[in-house]
Amino acid sequence: MSVNVRIPTILRTYTGGQAEVTAEGATLAEVIESLEKNHPGIAARVLDDQGKLRRFVNVYVNDDDVRFEDGLGTATPDGAGVSIIPAVAGG
Amino acid sequence: MAAQTVATNDTTAVDNDNAVDLGPASALSCRECGERFPLGPIFACEICFGPLEVAYDLPTGDPEALRKQIEAGPDNLWRYAPLLPVPADVATKPNLNPGWTKLVKADNLARELGVTGGLFIKDDSGNPTHSFKDRVVAQAIEAARAFGFTTLSCSSTGNLAGAVGAAAARAGFRSCVFIPHDLEQGKVVMAAVYGGELVGIEGTYDDVNRFCSELIGDPLGEGWGFVNVNLRPYYGEGSKTLAYEICEQLGWQIPDQLVIPIASGSQLTKIDKGLQELIKLGLVEDKPYKIFGAQAEGCSPVSAAFKAGHDVVKPQKPDTIAKSLAIGNPADGPYVLDIARRTGGAVEDVNDEQIVDAIKLLARTEGIFAETAGGVTVGVTRKLIENGVLDPSLTTVVLNTGDGLKTLDAVAPTTGPTATIRPNLDAFREAGLA
Repeated sequence: MSVNVRIPTILRTYTGGQAEVTAEGATLAEVIESLEKNHPGIAARVLDDQGKLRRFVNVYVNDDDVRFEDGLGTATPDGAGVSIIPAVAGG
Repeated sequence: MAAQTVATNDTTAVDNDNAVDLGPASALSCRECGERFPLGPIFACEICFGPLEVAYDLPTGDPEALRKQIEAGPDNLWRYAPLLPVPADVATKPNLNPGWTKLVKADNLARELGVTGGLFIKDDSGNPTHSFKDRVVAQAIEAARAFGFTTLSCSSTGNLAGAVGAAAARAGFRSCVFIPHDLEQGKVVMAAVYGGELVGIEGTYDDVNRFCSELIGDPLGEGWGFVNVNLRPYYGEGSKTLAYEICEQLGWQIPDQLVIPIASGSQLTKIDKGLQELIKLGLVEDKPYKIFGAQAEGCSPVSAAFKAGHDVVKPQKPDTIAKSLAIGNPADGPYVLDIARRTGGAVEDVNDEQIVDAIKLLARTEGIFAETAGGVTVGVTRKLIENGVLDPSLTTVVLNTGDGLKTLDAVAPTTGPTATIRPNLDAFREAGLA
């Protein structure tokens, strides 16, 4: 499964400045593994020491927040868009 | 004049020689891991994604002299300029100059609720665009000037959009703000009237927020200052002024209990930060205080986490009339939990009917017409007293962060004329109103 991953500004040092990269995987966990293979160091920025999504990282598969889905187990269908976004808010 | 860095969203280009004049602000510091970064238009830690906040070289020396300096300052939030990320001459620049709003001693409401220790409403509906958002935007404008931005933007549940539109108009910035498409009419009009661009997004606030976060990382958003995204560390500091004002208005004393609304949770955390700074500076006596957070039941992720004993917040899909608090994925939620627990406070929620009742209670007892967020804080105060959680014998300050005219929809269905009569005395007598 090939997906397009949007990379936030603060992670673009790992992708050579690219804002969007492709990755492989049937689940979000596999997509992050694939990202790590091609862009070493990126997984440790997104995941904590226990291998969970860091609490200030939001990840969307297409338009769905993965915290409402299956977290790292969320399916990533072929051609899906994955967005990694720092958590911010304010009304 | 302060030297300026080039406006950019590229963190590698941030000026590192302290040429940016933001007064006592010295750096940005990660709230999660403590990593420090030079002052710049960045908001998330490169190491752990944690939120960045402003670190200061605060004034040292005689607290009495600082207290006198503040008291001699302008009747707006710039009286606290020595404690904010703004240049010393901030009061001379075009700005809406919000703040120094009334702290109303609410004796009638206190009687109704059985509060004997003194009950106060900090009424921030008195700000220029009738919500507390003018405070945070005032800070963001100064940061935008320092970083050379010319377009101001935000994701908003309504109040912020109006505050940005107005402040941008006054300060000479272009504005383009984003809101959920289904907001209350009053907020939409208030956001649009200042002449900037207003864009309705088909989705919830969380969708708008996500959109803005993506826009900022895209060339389309290059050079834009998003007050609550890439200027967020500076913007948030405006909420500290609520703490400063409350204490100064109480004769430089910290109240025993504060009831604060929670949307993203930023305001509550910054009020706590402000109180801690006042203690550190010796401007107030160090004493215990309790912070209570207030949410609407239809969007209560922080309250739910507090009650379940969790230290992380599970996002919710909002469904409440309190739209200014309808953030289902509150970024500062974990910090709110820490503060409520550290201070011995709590986080509670009330349903829509209780919110409307509380709006009417405050209006009928104190002549203050609060927006739905004010109904949430007053309603939660009542509930906390009834449940024995909030001590009525202690001094309590309840925040009203916006004007009821913005959320007429919430009360209009159950509020209207007592009678409609013919224009003569007989009709008046017949209506039983004499």
